[in-house]
Amino acid sequence: MPSVMIRQNDSGQLTFYVSKKDLEETIVSMEHQGPDQWGGEVELADGSRYFLDPLEAVPRLPITLRAKRL
Amino acid sequence: MTTMTREETEALIQEVLEVYPEKARKDRAKHLTVNDPNVEQSKKCITSNRKSLPGVMTIRGCAYAGSKGVVWGPIKDMIHISHGPVGCGQYTRAGRRNYYAGHTGVNVFGTMNFTSDFQEKDIVFGGDKKLEKLIDEINTLFPLVKGISIQSECPIGLIGDDIEAVSKKKAAELGKAVVPLRCEGFRGVSQSLGHHIANDAIRDWVLPRRDEDNRFETTPYDVALLADYNIGGDAWASRLLLEEMGLRVVSQWSGDGTLSEMELTPKVKLNLLHCYRSMNYIARHMEEKYAIPWVEFNFFGPTKIAESLRKIASFFDDKIKEGAERVIEKYQKEADAVIAKYRPRLEGKRVMLYVGGLRPRHPVGAYEDLGMEVVGTGYEFAHNDDYDRTIKEMGEGTLLYDDVTGYELEEFVKRIRPDLVGSGVKEKYIFQKMGIPFRQMHSWDYSGPYHGYDGFAIFARDMDMTLNNPCWDKFQAPWKKAALAKAA
Repeated sequence: MPSVMIRQNDSGQLTFYVSKKDLEETIVSMEHQGPDQWGGEVELADGSRYFLDPLEAVPRLPITLRAKRL
Repeated sequence: MTTMTREETEALIQEVLEVYPEKARKDRAKHLTVNDPNVEQSKKCITSNRKSLPGVMTIRGCAYAGSKGVVWGPIKDMIHISHGPVGCGQYTRAGRRNYYAGHTGVNVFGTMNFTSDFQEKDIVFGGDKKLEKLIDEINTLFPLVKGISIQSECPIGLIGDDIEAVSKKKAAELGKAVVPLRCEGFRGVSQSLGHHIANDAIRDWVLPRRDEDNRFETTPYDVALLADYNIGGDAWASRLLLEEMGLRVVSQWSGDGTLSEMELTPKVKLNLLHCYRSMNYIARHMEEKYAIPWVEFNFFGPTKIAESLRKIASFFDDKIKEGAERVIEKYQKEADAVIAKYRPRLEGKRVMLYVGGLRPRHPVGAYEDLGMEVVGTGYEFAHNDDYDRTIKEMGEGTLLYDDVTGYELEEFVKRIRPDLVGSGVKEKYIFQKMGIPFRQMHSWDYSGPYHGYDGFAIFARDMDMTLNNPCWDKFQAPWKKAALAKAA
């Protein structure tokens, strides 16, 4: 259950950052994109997949969340 | 020797690795690579931020060095206690040349060393009482001190002292900031973790202190200069340019910085980040909590400075954009004169760097402005993201080495024979004795500043002074030289 920061990079893509693991990857797909649900399963550019507990609304980015590794 | 091809460089790496036992060779091979600017992610070609191999000579520091020496040490109006035995603080005292303004010992304390000087009985019975006494003593002797940070040395973590409790108690008693840092030297693989711990302490103990206080009058042009440590006056040279383009620099982190500047940083509009490695953590935190965007910039060499000034200006309105153009135009003439003077003397010279933080990649632009080429570079304590940035800066076939060992660096230099090596003081005399000009690039070889247009003039002069010094052809005794000439 790493704590991850989701952030928008300069080109508008979402990035997935785990400081302890030295991991910063762009998110290629996210299950729920809003407007009433946001999060769920995410897939990163390197192919690894994580699960974020879906939020009720689109949050203000960047945001730190707990993620589960799938 | 002309520039080496990719195959030659790869062969060189293999050759250098040959002396190691098999296991060590396999491990070290991951840390050495030949640059290919088309690789998107560094983790595909180089491994970094791993524990150094036992038995090899590494020049890395420890977490205490990263926290006390780099991030906290330069904050001038706080007293930083080296909590533990006396050596860690004393042997690093004032070595980094973080310049500051003020009266040392009265309202600023940068070059002084404060330590709890642990003895056997403190290890056996715990040092919390001593720490309390020490903090009271500091407050009596130096009443103008704005805050105190407690920088743990190794024994503190081993004996389990509760420095957080002491901090809370004393902060309430004195009404000043008392910040505990768990930066024991044994944590992590290098000083890099110390930066992270220091950033986290700023996040938890400093920034929230003025969250409710909105008395500070802001302007739309407020910025903070993060991760410039004012080595030889670097931050002053940077600040000058930012102010000239119309921005208001609210705080400097942490070179010539103060506690209250740090507390006011959450009120700014943009964080300017120079050394990505040591302060990206706090910039990311402020982006999340206070919605302050951050931008990386590079103030080495006129090309990169102009690029960075425009990039910074793009976050603001036309007034600042015009200001940036005005600054660039004003100083470009000066920079052109510097290039006209030194470029003919330095053109085509090849440089190898091995430093930490931002220096293996940021000065590359400055060298290129002078017509020089960086043929090898490496970091002591970088992570993947640093190499991501480096790969793009470097040309095809540049040698990259991560946490290079003493032996490897010597062998690389012997074979590549660059015209200049830039590294630390431990490497300096080895290479000078090999007859290779050397600059100590951690603190600019007791020169500086190197940032900004003013700094570029000094940078160019220093490189010329070192490279074209007449001493380099005096390495052989005159009679031996004559014999050689006769034989030839």
